[in-house]
Amino acid sequence: MLRLTTVSLLAFGALAVPALAHEIYVTNERDNSVSVIDTTTYEVTRTFPVGRRPRGIVFSKNGQHLYVCASDSDAVQVIDPATGKLLHDLPSGEDPEQFSLAPDGRTLFIANENNATTTVVDAETRKVLAQIDVGIEPEGMAVSPDGKTAVTTSETTNMVHWIDTKTLQAIDATQVEQRPRHAEFSKDGTRLWVSSEIGGTVAVIDVASRKVIETIRFEIKGISGDRIQPVGISLTDDGRYAFVALGPSDRVAVIDAKTLKVISYILVGRRVWHTVLTPEQDRLLTTNGVSGDVTVIDVGSLKAIKSIKVGRFPWGAAVRPATSAGANKSAGAAE
Amino acid sequence: MLVAGAADAQAVKPAAAPVTIHYIERRIERPTPLNNEDPIPEDEGLRGAELGIKDSNATGRFVGLSFTLKPTVVEPGADIRAAFAEVAKDGPPRFVVVNAPADDVIALADSEEGRETVFLNVGATDTRLRDGDCRARLLHVIPSRDMLADALMQLLVFKRWTRLLLVSGPNPADGLYAEALRRSAKKFGAKIVAETSFDARGADLRDSALREFALVTRGPEHDVVAVADEAGEFGTNLVYNTASPRPVVGTQGLTPAAWGRAVEAWAAAQLQQRFKKLAGRTMLPVDWAGWMAVHAVGEAAVQLKSGDPAAIKDLMLSPKFEVGGFKGRSLSFRPWNGQLRQPLYLLWPGAVVAAAPIEGFLHRRTELDTLGLDQPESACKAMGG
Repeated sequence: MLRLTTVSLLAFGALAVPALAHEIYVTNERDNSVSVIDTTTYEVTRTFPVGRRPRGIVFSKNGQHLYVCASDSDAVQVIDPATGKLLHDLPSGEDPEQFSLAPDGRTLFIANENNATTTVVDAETRKVLAQIDVGIEPEGMAVSPDGKTAVTTSETTNMVHWIDTKTLQAIDATQVEQRPRHAEFSKDGTRLWVSSEIGGTVAVIDVASRKVIETIRFEIKGISGDRIQPVGISLTDDGRYAFVALGPSDRVAVIDAKTLKVISYILVGRRVWHTVLTPEQDRLLTTNGVSGDVTVIDVGSLKAIKSIKVGRFPWGAAVRPATSAGANKSAGAAE
Repeated sequence: MLVAGAADAQAVKPAAAPVTIHYIERRIERPTPLNNEDPIPEDEGLRGAELGIKDSNATGRFVGLSFTLKPTVVEPGADIRAAFAEVAKDGPPRFVVVNAPADDVIALADSEEGRETVFLNVGATDTRLRDGDCRARLLHVIPSRDMLADALMQLLVFKRWTRLLLVSGPNPADGLYAEALRRSAKKFGAKIVAETSFDARGADLRDSALREFALVTRGPEHDVVAVADEAGEFGTNLVYNTASPRPVVGTQGLTPAAWGRAVEAWAAAQLQQRFKKLAGRTMLPVDWAGWMAVHAVGEAAVQLKSGDPAAIKDLMLSPKFEVGGFKGRSLSFRPWNGQLRQPLYLLWPGAVVAAAPIEGFLHRRTELDTLGLDQPESACKAMGG
């Protein structure tokens, strides 16, 4: 990481325009805490305690509420991001791992890893709307931009389950490679990207037909194939890039989202889990579980420019934009 | 795939007939535990297979498949072939999980009733079943003794604890375990500096361990004391009772195993929890193998979206078949002897010390093939691989 730090001085020195002060919130799975990173300095400004084994993290649309999946506390916690204080818990079902907030800003879809269900919760009334049977070990969750479809990936069943958000029923399933972990819709809603951790691939699925149109494979010189384990995915809004966190290969793959070809691999910290883009989409941050840090990547040059020490086992990340009414981007939870 | 627009995933009708998986076990009489350990449970293996069925059905329903388990347990001394013939009266069994000693496994694989059957060995670690005594359609889910020994030896070599003093028990299985250690030491450049045997029968270890083991483990300079005591007649008491301050490795102390209580990475924690909920106890290596065997059949069927036994068999026996097993990698069967390639754990009761293959042990095909008989080493011809 020394090398990265040296480069970062140059890169930051070249930054003429002061960036807006957004905040990136990172869940530290082993510390039971959340670290807050300021995007003007890219330093940790504060850390506050949350429930046990926090993983998925997402903001409410107005940025006033932070939702955190505290897996081992069997709760989704609603937190005031300004103070870090717990406001209340949402009923979440057993062992919530990842979740996704529907475009209506109030319906949360939660993957319950231990009991093969997806729990749907109204964040305002704090009521469970439905529990939907899906495959074993549901993990990834995403809601389509038009809000009509939710998907969850089941890690042992190896499928993407399609849920009709009106009837709250599973309507179809698409088989993907082993251990699908994360799902992300393209901004126009026509494609769904799904990472398969053990399969070592990313499936790009046509949403209309629910069929896999491309299975992207990865190859890194000097890294054995079974260390390439895709997890988190971020897509740029302009449809240009897809970034895929490749786990214990310690790299993020950059994919041309149009040709679906891998452009490059960026070395980050150890066991990279998830990624998140800043609202301007000029920086990508990665959570590196084993090295306990966050890598900042410059999207323009596709280079790592800094690493920031956070807590133990950082896992998910979410952005709170400076003007909190804006976009809500997060990792470990698709919007 | 499902018809788009179907009202509900659960509405998909299961195929006319479920895929039947048999489980056949020879019950083994075991010695009473020496130190009030939990005895090996009567339902070891079976509960794993049951969880495998549960998991396979949870997945299968999305593609209209279902699975059932038919268990048969044979008492010690009873005729396992006759029991199998009885099972086969309802039609030739297509998939049979076998939890029995090596001779039983061979008897079943050679039986007339089993000529169409895929057998999945989850209990016999005998290397010979992956070597000269292999059989076509006989797959091994449980790792062989030589795989276990290789996993242990890789760790010892990695740590440069390469001088072993070997203590073996009197049972045939102990001899086979010791033989696997010798072979592995040679393979990885470790050295067995001295060998001795120990028979716990006739001695009361609770009284004599302190003095007796100090004598037994006195020998030339060594880094570890390796023990071959599969039935657990004395090995546990050897730990901390050696003449020199040396770790005990092998069947007790630091042990190589397919699975263990402390395994939790790669979502193993989820499998452990599901098993505990079902069985009310810890998942043991043979339980994992039982789960894995059924899961492999289920996964092949789901990949094919078909319950056709012939198609499932062909896929399972083909080198392209890959299946997950909560070990962080895709697992597959070696085409030359039917052994499931898999990472193994080096465990002490408190923690996973390491997972093998250990970093740095390379193989041109896959590092997993540094564990156990490689193609040129195996005398197996029956698999045709």
